[in-house]
Amino acid sequence: MPEGSPNTPWSAARAAEIIAEGRATAGALLPLLHALQDEFGHVPDEAVPLLAAELNLSRAEVHGVLTFYHDFRRTPARGRLVKLCRAEACQARGGRTAEAYLSAALRENAGVTLEAVYCLGLCASGPAALVDGRPVARLQGERLKRLVQDLAS
Amino acid sequence: MTPRIFVPGDAAAVAVGADDVATAITSEAARRGVPVQIVRNGSRGVFELETLVEIETTTGRVGYGPIYPDDVGSLMDGGFLLGSAHPKRIGRPESLPFLARQTRLTFARCGLTDPFSLDDYRANGGLTGLEKALRMGPSQIVATIKASGLRGRGGAGFPAGIKWESVRAAANPRKYVVCNADEGDSGTFADRMLLEGDPFLLIEGMIIAGLATGAAEGFIYVRSEYPHAVVAIRKAVDIARASGLLGASAAGGVFPFDIEVRVGAGAYVCGEETALLESLEGKRGQVRAKPPLPAHAGLFGRPTLVNNVLTLAAAPFILAEGADAYASLGFGRSRGTLPVQIAGDVRNGGLFETPFGMTLAELVDDVGGGTLSGRAVRAVQVGGPLGAYFPRALFDTPLDYEAFAAKEGLIGHGGVVVFNDTVDMGQQARFALEFCAVESCGKCTPCRIGSVRGVETLDRILAGDRPEANLAVLNDLCETMALGSLCALGGLTPYPVRSALKHFAEDFGAAPHARADVPQDRSWRQ
Repeated sequence: MPEGSPNTPWSAARAAEIIAEGRATAGALLPLLHALQDEFGHVPDEAVPLLAAELNLSRAEVHGVLTFYHDFRRTPARGRLVKLCRAEACQARGGRTAEAYLSAALRENAGVTLEAVYCLGLCASGPAALVDGRPVARLQGERLKRLVQDLAS
Repeated sequence: MTPRIFVPGDAAAVAVGADDVATAITSEAARRGVPVQIVRNGSRGVFELETLVEIETTTGRVGYGPIYPDDVGSLMDGGFLLGSAHPKRIGRPESLPFLARQTRLTFARCGLTDPFSLDDYRANGGLTGLEKALRMGPSQIVATIKASGLRGRGGAGFPAGIKWESVRAAANPRKYVVCNADEGDSGTFADRMLLEGDPFLLIEGMIIAGLATGAAEGFIYVRSEYPHAVVAIRKAVDIARASGLLGASAAGGVFPFDIEVRVGAGAYVCGEETALLESLEGKRGQVRAKPPLPAHAGLFGRPTLVNNVLTLAAAPFILAEGADAYASLGFGRSRGTLPVQIAGDVRNGGLFETPFGMTLAELVDDVGGGTLSGRAVRAVQVGGPLGAYFPRALFDTPLDYEAFAAKEGLIGHGGVVVFNDTVDMGQQARFALEFCAVESCGKCTPCRIGSVRGVETLDRILAGDRPEANLAVLNDLCETMALGSLCALGGLTPYPVRSALKHFAEDFGAAPHARADVPQDRSWRQ
């Protein structure tokens, strides 16, 4: 996932290229939404009519899919993206404490977006998070503090 | 010969610094002028020891762990290239009690081999199952799977052979094999470990399923929360295609079979097979009413075999060693092995593959070694967010689909999450409903509305607002969800809620454990 890699600014021409490349696959909408988000960091409203026209769908159908899935964002993320696991196995290892600590520590940090995710498959090493797509685990004590320091720099 | 050093590339190792460890070893070796070859193997599944670095010596592999980048200098000074002593030396990894007690059929190679070397795969028993399958007809392959007693490992435990037979018998020139790798249950990571640590096993299993059912196309639907696994399985599929294992003349020119990897988009409900198919078709991941079963009208309306990663990955062993070798292990109607995932507050967390039948107490206390925090175990949730919370009084329950069902619980995908005595079961019950509200696909009313009303009602109970009347409402809601939901998300969310109410009633008084420090509004994820 190139999440966190520098995104290109929105360009209708570039979006049309991406859609043309992938439109022939069966069930193309989800892979195309991923491809657009990988390129631009989000899927702006301008992309909806382009997708609808190329895939022979209504705009409502494209909007429905775009807004159903938690992953797709319609506006760019603010700076660095931290997806912290909120699920049970991380809770059992201090996840609720990590959640409270991070949301308080990052509240004033305009350069970080903190989001919830439900399980990263790192359940024996929690609390866990994806930071710009990179997995980090054992977020307790010093390691948690170090993450906040890294995000502040 | 250049010594081979194994540094796991598994996401759980990378999450605690494995990439930095590998870099440190390379640069430290270069600085000392010592040639080394680094292999990024899968994980052995002993997560407290990650990063577990292994060195190949003349007398076998020697492990060191947990290794952080700072340890590399002292490792080199101590002569670890020869397997010498060091405070973090653990000896032969296979001798660790956690690994020695396992029966690894599906995970036999995981952590041992280079996940992207087909030669390594072959040299360690890979492709034997496929070779045997190629000498059988589809009916004989299906009969072997049936005789093995293999049941779906995704959670429902449906007999795999019957599913395979239904798709085989369906009259349609175009069929699909779909691998459900949308492993969303908290406390589970076996699919992820396999995708990253032994991906060719899944590919082999899917080719066998294609042979058996007459399908020429396969899809692997991996969740987006597993970016490492997506990269790994895509790489393995490309290697398999380049080598002729997949493609127009798959399995060495015998029949066409190819696999496409698709990525989910953060919807838990897409782990439900019909929602997964909708998602693969590019639609909202909403559950379909059954019938028709996917075996008759699945992906794009064609007959489709949908199986979990572990179900498909069990097929090569069954074909290679015979149905009896698999069926001879197990308990009751649960045959073979279950890759159990031990997680949460536990000393020895990780992947523990064992024949069905081990009790929860053995798993948590003996294998798991109790809690990591040193506190008492209060509850264990088995089977992910839809699984029941069991108190110690139920720890004599053996791992078996029927035994768990008899105690109003489920095994699900084999996740075991251990909670210590600080857990607030009122909050855990609330979380189950909150999770259902966030993840509900919205198609059926009991799940969509019941979950939201459930959170509100539980909040009143926890606040001490007419607890008896509100408990009656909550029980009604649970019953409606259990009986009236279209799929397991709404249908099984009552399991964690009711088990918490039943076994931990003391946590549902007037908020004895109220915790002001935890953000509890659902708008948090915005």
